[in-house]
Amino acid sequence: MIILNGNKTNGFEKLSVLELVRKNGYRTERIAVEYNGSILPKSEYKTTVIKENDVIEVVSFVGGG
Amino acid sequence: MLSEMEKSFIERHTKEVYEKLKSARVAIAGLGGLGSNIAVSLTRAGVGNLLLIDFDKVDISNLNRQQYFQRNVGQYKTEALAEILKEINPHINIEYKPVEITENNVREIFGEYEIVCEAFDKAENKAMLINSLADKIIISGSGMAGCKSANKIKTRRAMKNLYICGDEASDVGVDGSLFAPRVAVCANHQALMAIRIILGKEDV
Repeated sequence: MIILNGNKTNGFEKLSVLELVRKNGYRTERIAVEYNGSILPKSEYKTTVIKENDVIEVVSFVGGG
Repeated sequence: MLSEMEKSFIERHTKEVYEKLKSARVAIAGLGGLGSNIAVSLTRAGVGNLLLIDFDKVDISNLNRQQYFQRNVGQYKTEALAEILKEINPHINIEYKPVEITENNVREIFGEYEIVCEAFDKAENKAMLINSLADKIIISGSGMAGCKSANKIKTRRAMKNLYICGDEASDVGVDGSLFAPRVAVCANHQALMAIRIILGKEDV
């Protein structure tokens, strides 16, 4: 079990952060990911493997300003 | 020697608050609908030091929501806004850079500023700023297009150092065009959050 955007979720362990992002339909160029309290660089999405008890926040931006 | 304006500010807010705001330094990335409104509010609220960044010039179509006037059309936004802010508070310190912010120059541009208000229009650039300035406090604007209720606009602490203001859903073009009051509501959520942080309140 991990915590994704404040909710307990199963099924993402052993996947990469990039796979989680894609499975949830996010557009990688419009997001920021906080992984266990720190912003995860985009270059590390593919190589970071999700494990039990990870806390992940994905923020997706929309246009306008 | 304090000016009339500074004296009246101290009378209303106390010397302690005045000094915290006067010594505060806030950077504003983008000087359009969000950025120009944030800049005006922070100036009126007594923030003493601003860094303004935008590569663009004022266009007549900007006047529907941005804090520029007819006389500013054709001027660089940085220059025009600096002039306007100094008409509000002649004592404010303004640094400005009429440059486009990219991944390559972003860290250098923001230098020692600790609080950055993200006021870009493209979603990709918003994400780029947050991903590039992980060590700074960023107050971002996301989702203020269209004419849905202003009650949908909120401030959320999304990450330890990231606050997001807006409805986080209304995308310009897709969900509507930009109306002055709704954009300004979002911009003022951002400006207020900056003030709160300066005065030591981290919660939303």
